[in-house]
Amino acid sequence: MSDEKKDGVEAADAAEATKPGSGVVGTPSSGTPQTTSEAAYEAGSQNLPAGPSPDGRRELEVMAVKKGMFGATQGQDTSGYGGLVRTIAFPGPSERPYGGYFDEVVDVLAEVLDEDGPGFDAAIEKVVVDRGELTLFVRREHLVTVCQALRDDQDLRFELGLGVSGVHYPHDEGRELHAVYHLHSVTHRRKLRLEVAVPEADPHIPSSTSVYPGHDWHERETYDFFGIVFDDHPGLSRIQMPDDWPGHPQRKDYPLGGIPVEYKGAHIPPPDLRRSYN
Amino acid sequence: MAATNASGPFRATGAIRDDDTAGLPFFEAVGGDWSDIAEEAARLAEDRMVVNMGPQHPSTHGVLRLMLEIDGETVTEARAGIGYLHTGIEKSMEYRTWSQGPTWCTRMDYVAPLFQEAAYCLAVEKLLGITDQVPERATVIRVLMMELNRISSHLVCLATGGNELGATTIMTTGFTGREEILRIFELITGLRMNHAYIRPGGVVQDIPPGALDTIREALPKVRGYINQLEDLMLGNPIYKGRTIGVGYLDLSACMALGVTGPVLRSAGLPYDVRKDDPYCGYETYDFDVPTTTNADSYDRTVLRFEEMYQSMRIIDQAMDRLQAMGAGPVMVEDKKIAWPAQLAIGSDGMGNSLDHIKEIMGSSMEALIHHFKLVTEGFRVPAGQAWQTVEHPRGVLGVHLVSDGGTRPYRAHFRDPSFNNLQAVSLMCEGGQVADVVVSVAALDPVLGGVDR
Repeated sequence: MSDEKKDGVEAADAAEATKPGSGVVGTPSSGTPQTTSEAAYEAGSQNLPAGPSPDGRRELEVMAVKKGMFGATQGQDTSGYGGLVRTIAFPGPSERPYGGYFDEVVDVLAEVLDEDGPGFDAAIEKVVVDRGELTLFVRREHLVTVCQALRDDQDLRFELGLGVSGVHYPHDEGRELHAVYHLHSVTHRRKLRLEVAVPEADPHIPSSTSVYPGHDWHERETYDFFGIVFDDHPGLSRIQMPDDWPGHPQRKDYPLGGIPVEYKGAHIPPPDLRRSYN
Repeated sequence: MAATNASGPFRATGAIRDDDTAGLPFFEAVGGDWSDIAEEAARLAEDRMVVNMGPQHPSTHGVLRLMLEIDGETVTEARAGIGYLHTGIEKSMEYRTWSQGPTWCTRMDYVAPLFQEAAYCLAVEKLLGITDQVPERATVIRVLMMELNRISSHLVCLATGGNELGATTIMTTGFTGREEILRIFELITGLRMNHAYIRPGGVVQDIPPGALDTIREALPKVRGYINQLEDLMLGNPIYKGRTIGVGYLDLSACMALGVTGPVLRSAGLPYDVRKDDPYCGYETYDFDVPTTTNADSYDRTVLRFEEMYQSMRIIDQAMDRLQAMGAGPVMVEDKKIAWPAQLAIGSDGMGNSLDHIKEIMGSSMEALIHHFKLVTEGFRVPAGQAWQTVEHPRGVLGVHLVSDGGTRPYRAHFRDPSFNNLQAVSLMCEGGQVADVVVSVAALDPVLGGVDR
């Protein structure tokens, strides 16, 4: 789908960010490359809430490392912001006990999957508990089996599929596109989130519509906005954008668009060209 | 696959190919008088037609497009086409600060704007971990506003639904009742819709003096209009004839399609997020979740009336609480999150509070810097994701927010109940009469601003 991408300001921002672990971050003005230090990664963790983990530490999932701010890297850096290194880290896998009903849900799911499925460890990449919410990262080939087990087992009974949405992490190499499913159990008053990560080069996920027919339009929307192809969907076509629209608008490299607006002689740039603090 | 279909080449969905239509009688009618079109169809001796309804049809609740294949008066296939009001609000939110979010999401479902604001703010608060710090007064005001909004939204649903059946009095009565509530909104938020009143951390400002008295005066009037509507609709033989048994969607179909709200409750399941997974302290209010069992359009009308009465119960309790607690903060104490200035009415009608201007311009440089940073840059939200559901008048509204630790949402997704519920149009309409399509869609009560976002 790379031919469909549009060049935009976000793409320039994207170029500024380094893939996690690629190491060398330099400021053009100083000319001396600077290695992303452990301290910098540690500093990025300030953006995370204090984890519930008993020893006070929790594993982080580094999604991207950003450097600089206000475009300071593009010229003579007099502000000092050019040397700023920011780690974008998301909450990593959690350790037991997960708390509340989460342990029971994971236990029952493991039992069902181990008994007549691919096995829990084969299907589930990791379990993340954050802000009182349970997220299961599912390997895409087992998504439908996991959904079926979650819906049909009498101790799980997640009957209500509340939809699918996508998130684009351009720096999460090999896992750029995430599809996120929210399931509710009316019987047990529980909820959980499934997340499936796929590479941009091979954006295929089996469709969950055979288990949750209501995911039909949600998957179409996610396809429309992110270009995730849901295999075996009954009619995967664009839903919000016109049928002949090029590109997938919610991807991070797709520009927002807009024109500068004149007000009393001054020009206010469109939102994606304004000063950014991210 | 039109050529291989048993019912012939013309179908409501799928492209018509030229070679399929060779030798078949074919005419296109755009607008005009229906009797002329029917006559022309009769002359061609063709009963089966593909009719496109919308996106600019007056009875489609906005820009909904319905594609119907009809055989005589029977709908054999119905599909909904959406996207005509897609404005990319979710994408735009990624380029604004967290505090600017409510201004955008309030414009999604414009008939029930406060629910999007509340759900979004609850999700941001969950991401920030400040859910417990939101002042009690702000939470009660949120509940008060949401329940008022539920009544005004249901009134629009009933009013437009009646109008679509040709009952203009239902429409005028419903909208007059809604006007009373919009006046309350105008008094409290300054606007009749698109309020951006609920903000991360609380609400933008306290209810003005005398607002509770205004609500106490307005509510009996609203109740009067609701009673009038009940008299006009529930016992009316024509209304009953048009709605009973129409738009049937049973419990298993609702659950399979993820349909929630009054449509699900009309199938007998008392599922309401306010009870199932309470937010804003709904567990402390005394109210019931009414259900019916016939799963048709008439039952959904009855339920909407019941829900309005339940909302009034909640409003009464919320007003008593506000009265009892007296004045207090309506925004979190944390100055790193709370909007720096309270609004006050100036000589120009609206503006920042003069005391605040005096402080930042005259006495405290720190306060000026702080104000500037919060307003231009915004606050940072720790990385992670959150999911917040609220009971919207049309069903479960879900907000999925992702933060990368920055000052803007990394991704904001709204699971709009109308978007999801419109999937049921095919199931509710196929096999029924053409005239019933309008009734079924009205019972789903979609608002296209929310559907398309």
